[in-house]
Order: sequence, then C-alpha cells, then structure tokens
Amino acid sequence: MRLSGRQIDCIRGGRGVFSGLDFEASSGEVLAVVGPNGSGKTSLLRLIAGLLVPAGGSVVLEGGEAELTLPEQSHYLGHRDALKPALSVHENLSFWRDFLGGKVGDVSQCLTAVGLGHATHLPAAYLSAGQRRRLSVARLLVVRRPVWLLDEPTSALDTAGQDLFVGIMRDHLAGGGIIIAATHAPLGIGARELRMGGGK
Amino acid sequence: MTALAALIRRDIKIALRVGGGALIGVLFFLTVTVLMPFAIGPDMALLTRLGPAILWLGALLASLLTLDRLFTADHEDGSLDLIVMGRTPLELACAAKALAHWLAAGVPLIVATPVLGLLLNLDGTATSAVALTLLVGTPALTFTGMIGASLAVTLHRGGLLLAVLVLPLSIPVLIFGVAASQAAISGPLSFGTPFSILCALSLVSLVVGPFAAAASLRHGLD
Repeated sequence: MRLSGRQIDCIRGGRGVFSGLDFEASSGEVLAVVGPNGSGKTSLLRLIAGLLVPAGGSVVLEGGEAELTLPEQSHYLGHRDALKPALSVHENLSFWRDFLGGKVGDVSQCLTAVGLGHATHLPAAYLSAGQRRRLSVARLLVVRRPVWLLDEPTSALDTAGQDLFVGIMRDHLAGGGIIIAATHAPLGIGARELRMGGGK
Repeated sequence: MTALAALIRRDIKIALRVGGGALIGVLFFLTVTVLMPFAIGPDMALLTRLGPAILWLGALLASLLTLDRLFTADHEDGSLDLIVMGRTPLELACAAKALAHWLAAGVPLIVATPVLGLLLNLDGTATSAVALTLLVGTPALTFTGMIGASLAVTLHRGGLLLAVLVLPLSIPVLIFGVAASQAAISGPLSFGTPFSILCALSLVSLVVGPFAAAASLRHGLD
C-alpha cells in the first residue's frame, strides 16, 4: 500500500498555506510532518482526511480497498477528542466502533490496552486530558483502518502513555499500516520527515 | 444499519441525560402555553378559538430552542469530522440525527399536548386534532430546521441566525397545521384537505432536509 500526494496546494481563508507539496509513505512507514506553528501541518492532515478540499493536486492511496475512498480507510486523531462528556468511557468507544464499522475489535480489551480498563463506566466528563487522549487512541485500536492521520498524538500523554503509544504504532506498522503524524516532540519511532516551510 | 442505529441511540441518550436539553423544550412549551391565558384573559370562547394556534406556535418555538445543538455539539468536539469521514453516507447520518432529535425533543411535545389543551379549554376532539397534526407536522419542523442548523454549524452563537433562517421555512407547516386543527374543531373545511397537505410537507422535508444538510456540512467544514 502506498499513500502519495502530488503538487498539493492548500489555500485557507484566501491565504496560501503551502503549495506544490509532494509526499509519499508506504506500508509500514511513518511520515512525521514537522515545521513551525502555522506551517500547515494540521491542514495537510485534514486535507488527506478529506475534510479540506485541496486547491490543486491530489492525494491517492494505491493498494487499498478499491470500493472505499481514502477518508473511509483512514483514522483521524485530531486536537479535539470526539468524546461526549455525558456518555461513559465504554459507551463512547462502543459508539465509534458501531458507527465507523468495518473490521472491529472488542471494546473492553482495547480500553485495557490503553490503560483505561478500570474506568470503563466513568462518564467521559471526569477524565483528565491524558485519559481523554488514551480513550481517543483506543478508537484507533477498536476499528481497523490502514491509514492513521495523527495530529500531535502524544500531547497530554505521560511518559508511560507515550511508551504505550509507541508500542501501539509499532503494532500498526507491523500489520502493514501507514502513519502520518504531525508533531513537535519526537515520536520515539523511526520516521521519515516531511518538513513544512514557514507561513508565506 | 448498525451505524445509524448507534448514532440514533447515542443522540437520544445524550439528549435524555444531564444537560441534554430534551426536556427543556417541553418545559418551554409548557411555560409559553401557560402564559397565554394570562395574557389573553379569562375569555373561554376566545381561548378555545386561539388554542390550536397557541399550541402550534409553542411547539414551533420549543422545537427551535434545541435545534441549534443538532450539529454544533458534534462540530465543537470533533465528532462531526469523524462522521463526515465515516463509511455511512452523510445524508443518512443527517437523517438519523434528525430522527433522534425528533424522538427526544419532538415526541415529548406531542405527549404534553393533551395536558396543555386543558389549560386552553380545548375539548377531547380538538386536543386530539392538535396532537395528530403535531405528530405529522413536527418532523417537518425538525427536518427543515436541520438545514438551518447545518448552515449555522461553524458560527459561534448561531442560534439566532438559525431562528431567522428556519422560521420562514416553517410558515407553510404552521399554516396547514393550524388550519387542519381548526377544521376539525369548527369546520367549515374538511379536516382531510389541510391534513393531507401537512403530510405532504413532512414527506418532502424528509427527503430534501438530509440532502441539503449534508451538502451544507460538506462545504461548511474547514
């Protein structure tokens, strides 16, 4: 499987964020998107996720499932956790499992895997920032998607959480997955770098 | 189907839990209807004549009250991004969300109507006519309101804009809803005619609403 972008232009609010961007990532590879604030890291991820329309160029996934679009084969882990404070940890995760569909795993197992096994019935409103992030990471595990788009995945995670996350990423790569991560901190895993220029 | 059922279940659960706002609509409906007799005075005949219109206006405003959270809550916490990316067609997801909103916020209004009918001196026939027209008409309010909610989703405090956008669209529903109720109470028109048009309005909104909302969400995201 190979994810590649050719000559991508991104314009937001009438301002060119980046232009003529090329990137490429194959199965088992991590592409770390680095660059200063405002250089378009999040825009690039949202563009791959189909949440932004590129002003020019295109992103293609070769070797994926033919009848599904790229966003339908991707996980997007953004700044916002997509968690409902009124629902319990377990309810939040089982909703996303049922809604996202495809190949799914067991909710309780995934919660244990991210260290939230003790808090399954707690409303998400009572979770700390780190725990919320862990619950979002559990979403990556409970539904199988080959492409992971991660925006600052390790922010708010403690050292143990970061180690855990590195293990989770390694498993995903070993299974032939692709990871594109926008990050400032080192991911703790061998990655190709895509350096974004400063804002123009 | 699992995906849509999950979405409906989740939205109803959230609406019924603390801070969900499903019952706020009913309370508002109750308040508006209780205030009316005080404003109009103790003229029983006048109350009976205005009753259906008051109930319909109350229900319209009450359904508008909770509608602005339909997509905003999901937009703010990032859920909407994942819903747009998901394998379920966005049109169906929108329809599921509107259905959940109607079940959680619209049905309680209809259930409350018989009680409120008493306050407005409506007899059994009149109350059941109003309840029946509300049952048929409130889905139209929700599904057309959804278009407004999807347009206002990226705006902070889009609630006012929503009201301005949605209220004109609800005029036909209001006209035929009240006309059908009045026809059942006093004639001379037959109940069937305006009621059929009300049904037609609801069916059209069930079809148009999800497509318009999905298109607006796709273009509005950034």
